[in-house]
Amino acid sequence: MLKAAVAAAGAGALHALALPLAAEPADPTKIPGTPPSAYGTRSPHERSRRLPRTSTSLTPLQDLHGIVTPSSLHFERHHNGVPQIDPSTHRLLVHGLVLRPLFFTVDEVRRLPSVSRLLTIECSGNSASEWREPGGATVQETHGLTSTSEWTGVPLATILREAGMKPNASWMLAEGGDAAAMTRSLPLRDVLDEALLCYAQNGEALRPEQGYPLRLVVPGWEGNVCIKWLRRLKLGTAPFMTREETSHYTDLMPDGTARQFTFVMEAKSVITSPSGGQQIRPGFVEIRGLAWTGRGKILSVEVSTDGGATWRPAALHGPILPKCHTRFVLPWRWNGAEAILQSRCTDETGYVQPTRSALLTARGEHSVYHYNGIQRWHLAADGTVSNLHG
Amino acid sequence: MADDKTKAFAALMGLFLAAAVWAEERQDPLGLGRTASDAEIHAWEIDVSPDGSGLPPGRGTAAEGRVVYTAKCAGCHGPTGTEGPADTLVGGQGTLPGPNPVRTVGSYWPYATTLFDYVRRAMPFDAPQSLRPDETYAVVAWLLAENGIVSRDAVLDAASLPSIRMPNRDGFVPDPRPDVK
Repeated sequence: MLKAAVAAAGAGALHALALPLAAEPADPTKIPGTPPSAYGTRSPHERSRRLPRTSTSLTPLQDLHGIVTPSSLHFERHHNGVPQIDPSTHRLLVHGLVLRPLFFTVDEVRRLPSVSRLLTIECSGNSASEWREPGGATVQETHGLTSTSEWTGVPLATILREAGMKPNASWMLAEGGDAAAMTRSLPLRDVLDEALLCYAQNGEALRPEQGYPLRLVVPGWEGNVCIKWLRRLKLGTAPFMTREETSHYTDLMPDGTARQFTFVMEAKSVITSPSGGQQIRPGFVEIRGLAWTGRGKILSVEVSTDGGATWRPAALHGPILPKCHTRFVLPWRWNGAEAILQSRCTDETGYVQPTRSALLTARGEHSVYHYNGIQRWHLAADGTVSNLHG
Repeated sequence: MADDKTKAFAALMGLFLAAAVWAEERQDPLGLGRTASDAEIHAWEIDVSPDGSGLPPGRGTAAEGRVVYTAKCAGCHGPTGTEGPADTLVGGQGTLPGPNPVRTVGSYWPYATTLFDYVRRAMPFDAPQSLRPDETYAVVAWLLAENGIVSRDAVLDAASLPSIRMPNRDGFVPDPRPDVK
């Protein structure tokens, strides 16, 4: 019963013992199946779900395969709810230091030359629960504010070329059409090459909670700059110093100063199975996880099953894409003895994912965002897995 | 001589080619989008910068702001801006380097203009963009007065608000990462 409850809660008991079935199911080879449908849904036997909280919902990383997050399970973070927007009336205004201030309809944005990229978005608050104590019981709770989609849209540069950037434009204000009118300033020189104005996710229109009908996606940067329900871009000569980039998404250091405009999400990895809340049995176990970095591609992932005394290289499943989740696996035989599992990644800049204690040494314990420490899972002799601080 | 001519010709052709590639890459506008009028821009342009640009006409005092705050803000931020449950707004000055830093408008926010911008765009949480400019100036005045940053009889408007120097104005540093070895 306990295992059933855990699985139903989305914690995804790994290798859960088969449950006795209440009734013998009908033999599907002896009755006609259901007819085709207009919009598919998953099997009623699949129960994986996001974990909704006040202003977020977390992706069930422990249940997912490969690197793409189903749109229905992509994490959420919004600052005053999900607005209901009619795409036929939505407009994007581009103004400020431009030659031609312009309004675009969503249809016009869709007409512009398009690109598609597999990209990970990670909330800068992902794993914030782990700074001071093991805050999350499952990998969904500790790491569920990151997801990957194939994003389709228009390069920011294309839109700005339509409006004509003035030479002195150096910062861009991006504003959402939600009840928070969520707003961030972005340095143009850093975002012009890669930022996308996206209208599609995994082949279909954005989900409302992902910014329908239009969102900004800045590859490799903290999720909050990927302004959803995008309605306005204003070019200027300096940051606009919005609440989000002054009082909110800044990082307080032990000396009382705070780091500002800490955009990039540094290299991070986590074992998604076995992970907290799951239970495994002795014998063969494929250790599986995800690694990513906002600075480019993942170079390697190492896994330790002895608390960090020894490390073995994990295999990386392709494609290994920049600023995108990379799946890693390591085959293992569990002998039934207590163990500590952890992964650490290295990105193509040579940056190695730090331990929690190294992060605390550098930043103290009052920093909230950008936690990317090594995640340790304690495997007890009975096969249960729990969060363990390093 | 012929060699020199050939080289010169090749160089010229190279230049033409580069110009063609440049023209191609520069790409003229595709002609989509509709010109936005000043009035349309003004209706959407709710941002306020540290230099005060974007501040609307209007004025407010702390005494007026107390009334607005009590009616529309105290329900979430507490009667004095310290009780919560939403963000603490008052107090905390001097605590940032200590063991229990309290981040508030008074202790942490570097610009008073940001407070106006944020209250106007996002507050009250259940009715954003519902405050009139006078009410917004007033509630900003009350919060700054409660934090001891302006006097209780200060009048805030588009001229006075940007000149306020917040206690933590110099408290922010650029991103030094990677910072962990």
